[in-house]
Amino acid sequence: MKPAPFAYLRPQGLQHALEALAADPGAKVLAGGQSLVPLLSMRLAAPSTLVDINALPGLDRVWADDDGVHVGALARHADVLASPDVRRVQPLVSQALSQVAHATIRNRGTTVGSIVHADAAAEMPMVITLLGGSVTVASTAGERTIPAEELYAGPLESTLRHDEVAVHATFPALAPGEGVGFAEVARRHGDYALVGVGAVVRIDGDDVVSARAGYLSVSDVPTVVDLTETWGDHDAAAHRALSALDPADDIHATAAYRAHLVRVLTARVLAAAYDDARTRASAGRDRDDG
Amino acid sequence: MTTKMFGEPVQRVEDQRFLRGQGHYADDLLVGQQVLQAAVLRSPHAHARIVDIDVSEVLDVEGVHLVWTYDDLTGPMAPTMGEPLPLLIPHPQLTHGRTQYALAKDEVNYVGEAIAFVVADDRYLAEDAVGRIRVTYDFLPPVVGIPAARAAEHLVHDDVPGNVAARLEQANGDARAAIAAAPHTLSLDLEVERSASTPLEGRGTVARWDPDTARLTVWTSTQTSTGVRAAVAAKLGMDLGQVEVVTPDVGGGFGVKINHPWPEELLVPLAARTLRRPVKFIEDRREHFVSAAHERGQVHHVEVGYDDDGRVLGLDVQFWHDNGAYTPYGIVLPIITSTQLLGPYKPGAYRVVFESLYTNTVMCTPYRGAGRPQGCFVMERTMDAIAAALGKDRLEVRSANFIQPDEFPYDHGLIFQDGRQLEYDSGDYPASLAKLRELIGWDEFPAFREEMAREGRRVGIGLACYVEGTGVGPYEGAHVHIETSGKVKIATGLTTQGQGHATAFAQIAADALGVPFESVEVVTGDTRRMPYAVGTFASRAAVMSGSAIHLAALRAREKVLRIAAEALEAAEDDLEIVDGVISVKGTPGGTASIDLGTVAVLSNPLRYAFDEASKAATQFTVGDPGKPPVAEDDEPGLEGKDFYSPDRSTFANGMHAVIVETDPDTAEITILKYAVVHDCGRLINPMIVEGQILGGIAQGVGGALYERMAYDESGQLVNASFMDFLMPYVTEIPAHIDIDHLETPSPLNPLGIKGAGEAGVIPSAAVFASAISDAEGFAITAMPISPSELFGLRRTHASAEPVETKERS
Ligand SMILES: Cc1cc2nc3c(=O)[nH]c(=O)nc-3n(C[C@H](O)[C@H](O)[C@H](O)COP(=O)(O)OP(=O)(O)OC[C@H]3O[C@@H](n4cnc5c(N)ncnc54)[C@H](O)[C@@H]3O)c2cc1C
Repeated sequence: MKPAPFAYLRPQGLQHALEALAADPGAKVLAGGQSLVPLLSMRLAAPSTLVDINALPGLDRVWADDDGVHVGALARHADVLASPDVRRVQPLVSQALSQVAHATIRNRGTTVGSIVHADAAAEMPMVITLLGGSVTVASTAGERTIPAEELYAGPLESTLRHDEVAVHATFPALAPGEGVGFAEVARRHGDYALVGVGAVVRIDGDDVVSARAGYLSVSDVPTVVDLTETWGDHDAAAHRALSALDPADDIHATAAYRAHLVRVLTARVLAAAYDDARTRASAGRDRDDG
Repeated sequence: MTTKMFGEPVQRVEDQRFLRGQGHYADDLLVGQQVLQAAVLRSPHAHARIVDIDVSEVLDVEGVHLVWTYDDLTGPMAPTMGEPLPLLIPHPQLTHGRTQYALAKDEVNYVGEAIAFVVADDRYLAEDAVGRIRVTYDFLPPVVGIPAARAAEHLVHDDVPGNVAARLEQANGDARAAIAAAPHTLSLDLEVERSASTPLEGRGTVARWDPDTARLTVWTSTQTSTGVRAAVAAKLGMDLGQVEVVTPDVGGGFGVKINHPWPEELLVPLAARTLRRPVKFIEDRREHFVSAAHERGQVHHVEVGYDDDGRVLGLDVQFWHDNGAYTPYGIVLPIITSTQLLGPYKPGAYRVVFESLYTNTVMCTPYRGAGRPQGCFVMERTMDAIAAALGKDRLEVRSANFIQPDEFPYDHGLIFQDGRQLEYDSGDYPASLAKLRELIGWDEFPAFREEMAREGRRVGIGLACYVEGTGVGPYEGAHVHIETSGKVKIATGLTTQGQGHATAFAQIAADALGVPFESVEVVTGDTRRMPYAVGTFASRAAVMSGSAIHLAALRAREKVLRIAAEALEAAEDDLEIVDGVISVKGTPGGTASIDLGTVAVLSNPLRYAFDEASKAATQFTVGDPGKPPVAEDDEPGLEGKDFYSPDRSTFANGMHAVIVETDPDTAEITILKYAVVHDCGRLINPMIVEGQILGGIAQGVGGALYERMAYDESGQLVNASFMDFLMPYVTEIPAHIDIDHLETPSPLNPLGIKGAGEAGVIPSAAVFASAISDAEGFAITAMPISPSELFGLRRTHASAEPVETKERS
């Protein structure tokens, strides 16, 4: 299948890109193309102009600072996955990214593109929401930062305006006492998950002071559930999670099976995050002692 | 005969090209030669009457060269294009065969049916143009799925009562009486869903018309170039001699490309002739899903009577085959199921009856395995059910039912898909089973199961046996030409879709002629080189063309020896050919020797010398001046041509076993170990055979655990992409598969070979169902199975009364 006709621009500077977007309400940003190009080819999308941002300078950086991990709009999933900074500062990003698609797609697809594409079956929108991160966007009117909890409006719909380019995303660093876990069930390796769950658990000594889980593929927008109060009670945790979620039937799985996976994976991931928090805490103590 | 190459794991000569991206497929042809591109408007509705087609918005579009609908095909341009496409394999019991038109006339019967054909400067423009065609439909109720087809509340074709295309019954003995008299009986309902060949290269056709010579050349991604040639010539009103069909590299067929002619295989040549420009049609992935062909959808009901040993006394099988909207390939598929279901077993009495039913979905034609996977599933589920009911080991029940080695040839008393008696030529099933038992570790499995259970893990073991009729007729031929360089050119008419024919066939020819493997070159699927052929399907290429090449090479060899004997003044019987040199036996390279190239020179009396070597064949050098230069009963040149046409198919067999793990929580299914014992007679090239088995297993894993055609009630195929049609990745295929061979030669052909192409896929649904049932403790009766479905079954079985029907290994 071949796309419908479109104009193609490959601006060399951000300002040009922003002007091009502002000039044509039918224009769309092209990043890694791993979601957009299939939509074009199947003629499910027919933008009048494609503004290819791949030539924009300086957007491919991945860096860490006190705030956490920052990922530029042209950093590929593979770059982020390979970054030791990311793994150290916010390991949930690396864990979840290893489940995103396949190597060839991770080599082209961008993490920021995935975040703004707003697919509730995709890992990164859930991760940035669970971690309380943000996305910085630019337009001819200037820059603004959108907190993750305000980023998603509906299925495949972000709150970016059509003339905005996301320039980078920020994932907060893992805080002391925190541990993370991630698990998903997909039909084939690298497929979008039938259900995926990420968790952040914070401990203080032996006590769990916070437990939060984020869910993939069981809601219209990435959904985070606070499970602190149900800690230690699998049934109660699953019940609470499911009351916030809306598992649906499709050709790959029934709603009942998805709900079951929510139960199973919530328990697995909370346990993994708790273990991770304990391990980090004791490693931290060892470091402090030594 | 020397047997130097035969049986050797020679590396495939094709692979350098393929692996380096140098394959040459339909879309790679005539690049840069101003080829026009075609696109097709396909029905978005499963069942509708066409009220009106408005192409007015397309006609004047810049870059669009032609728009055709049905009405454009009825003129003098091509007198028979307005008729339905051929019904390729008629059968007396196919009482209501129907085929589609090249472009729909009045009615569409599946989503994807071709309605209009556009040719433009490029495919982008052609698709834009297709988008501007307006069709007005009158909707008709769609018939989707076997239950709806059987209920026949609505009809797919007005004039086909009950949606029944064909009903066929066969019997050997009185199965009902045998069941009634049997000490034990069981009945089972078993279901297999649709899947499809899904080759990575879809369909593709390129045609060039030469106005100066009034000749048409068609390149098409087919499994039968001779079939397409005949169809194109007939439909376009041309002489066969005006049409050549050449098969370029084909990126997989797996059965779907044996059906022909596709609408595009006629429309593209017709457009090329009309426009006097080369035209190309390259199918895209979605088109392949909705407008090529599927297979496998069947529902079965089994009644079986057996004794205390599990011996089947009577077997009565009824089944319903979903043939989709049309029946161009006849009822080959259900006939194969109904006969090949028997596998290696000999029930006391057998009756089978099937109905082939129309539905408003893509038609069904053979996909690797072709009806056998369903038959194997039915028989093997039955064997497992008998074992479970008797509390016997599953191997024991199978052994009790095997045809024994001394019972061959074994006549089942039925008629096979080729219209010939279902008679097995050879096999040794007990020996195969003994090997499999060893290879999979059947006897060690209970201990392994316990060990895993201690870790909270759940495992199961399963097996499945099959027999496969391979190498069906009617014939194949081969032409062998030894050039004056000593090189050997082989042409056979059937086509190649990546099986390694250029290697395996060269091995056969090299042995028969006594020439180095490297000096043999094989051409397939080119009607200019071998106009008589049938095609590549039914695991027949090695048996049919392999045998023909052997025979043709022996003919060439005869002539070589005759000429060499004269030149060397020796008796033919005393000569041998080693590495392309003919000499007196036991004195290789001795003074009395002559090479093949020189013999080729001598075979062709010349008037004109074109180089030093050819001087030897000119008129003042050779020949008896008192005789004609070419003897009355001779021909110039060093060639051999022969055909192979067997009495009946040869029957290969195999057995697969698998150990699976099922996650007690998520119901995910993981393959832990997979073992195969395979018997396809003598192996020409074990590496190629193992490649075929591994590829078959990969497709089988897909069919058992991942792939299905998800039609909704309105007849939309909702998973028509590789995102939702879950072809397994390499990560879903077992990383290691144990293969062992048995080589029971076929007595039917000169090389003792049997086909191997489809084998790997046949037992998959059966073997996985067996293992998953074993792990879970309840019988799996429908395939494929997904984790979600396994989860659902667990719930159903947990809420039902715990009448444990756990099968023991
Ligand atoms: C076979 C396959 C499997 C996949 N599996 C998974 C999976 O398991 N999990 C998963 O999460 N993803 C998966 N993906 C999607 C992949 O991760 C995509 O790369 C990603 O979702 C989008 O990133 P991109 O750079 O390719 O964006 P593009 O395809 O270029 O763009 C996607 C959308 O985002 C917009 N956009 C992109 N970048 C910006 C920006 N900087 N500012 C404003 N708008 C922008 C575009 O306009 C477009 O609407 C898969 C893709 C394929 C082809």
